[in-house]
Amino acid sequence: MDRVVVHLHAVVSLLGRFPALAGVDLDVAAGEVVLVQGPNGAGKTTLLRACAGLVPIVDGEAVVLGHDVRRDRRSVRRHVALLGHASGLYEDLTVADNLRFVARATRAPGGASVQDTLDRLGLGGRLSGVQVGRLSAGQRRRVAVAALLLRRADLWLLDEPHAGLDAEGRERLDDLVRQTAAAGTTVLLASHELERARPLASRVVAMAGGQIRAEASAGVVGVA
Amino acid sequence: MWHDAAVMAGKDLRIELRSRVATNQVAPFALLVLVLFAFALDPDRGVLARAAAGLFWVAVLFCALLAIQRAFAVEATDGARDNLRLSGLDPAAIFLGKAGAIAAELGVLEVLLGAGVVVLYNRALHGPALLVVTCVLATIGLAAAGTLYGALAAGLRVRETLLPLLLLPVVAPVLLAATRASEAALGGSPGDGWPWVRLLGVFAVIYVAFGVVAFGPLLEESS
Repeated sequence: MDRVVVHLHAVVSLLGRFPALAGVDLDVAAGEVVLVQGPNGAGKTTLLRACAGLVPIVDGEAVVLGHDVRRDRRSVRRHVALLGHASGLYEDLTVADNLRFVARATRAPGGASVQDTLDRLGLGGRLSGVQVGRLSAGQRRRVAVAALLLRRADLWLLDEPHAGLDAEGRERLDDLVRQTAAAGTTVLLASHELERARPLASRVVAMAGGQIRAEASAGVVGVA
Repeated sequence: MWHDAAVMAGKDLRIELRSRVATNQVAPFALLVLVLFAFALDPDRGVLARAAAGLFWVAVLFCALLAIQRAFAVEATDGARDNLRLSGLDPAAIFLGKAGAIAAELGVLEVLLGAGVVVLYNRALHGPALLVVTCVLATIGLAAAGTLYGALAAGLRVRETLLPLLLLPVVAPVLLAATRASEAALGGSPGDGWPWVRLLGVFAVIYVAFGVVAFGPLLEESS
């Protein structure tokens, strides 16, 4: 395996007293696109959030981008980008305000970069000056994807990334995932929309009960 | 750290500019409180004039509670707090930025309330320097303590009602010292107010220092 970007060994994470991750083992190499599938409550979202250092890991070994997630969550967070169920945007700020904040906070190159990203996602022009709270769910999702791009992260964590997007938005997102993976960024994506997500993936892992039950290359059917 | 704090404060102040909650709701509320105090305490008997400093700071405290709750409510919607944690901003800088934005809002409200006290309560100002220093230090203390306890309450389901219960006892010394110093500034004996200003300075330093150290763990625990 090439340089390992995500190394999880016997990882346990609790939501309250419930073990959302009950001994997960997973290695992901640089540039891989790994699809995580499984039923509701399988632990997919918690797995992505654990990789981002957003949920505490109570046992096991978790190293993401060379940083120990249990000891150095801040270093991990600097280099990952998460597209979760929520948009993570400020409703009272405009689209451009939100993206400028992301660019400044993450120290991504500002100015032209924000404008380029807006144009790339079809958010330029009038839409950039609209408050996020006035946008439709699909438009909000596109702004969240724009924020993801601006972070220039080494690891993308995508949780149901196609949810809420129209056909054009889905195509655009798929193109972005392919381009970013081709550029060397690692992508871990959780999705129920297998027909949509599988062609993007180089590997598929199946989760159930907080554990990884099966693993196969994307072309192999049988982990569903 | 100062760059991060400026980014954070800029974001929070921009949210207030865009939403206009401070100008359309908090400022009218502050003036309404002053007017209601004037109705409750008959101006003709001199009670209102004597209590003006205390009433001013109670009104500021009410506005501070609204500003603090608002500052953390915007982080609670649509997963914004997760993105803040992922932003890589230094937690101490997030604290300083949030407290700075709250302090800036309170500063504007204090000017408005000060004008209200002069006009509605008919009070003259004898020690402007003392009053300005009092306002600056008390505002820093209120904003710092409020930001810290706002983060503590942010993750709780009953945060709206819990925040005043947690915060008011903690800022009681600030309220006391600020009222005494302001009374001295309004009453023609500014020299009596400076010892209280020193106390305000001590509280401001303690709350800011404690916030810088404790805000990071609180942000994690409240998420």
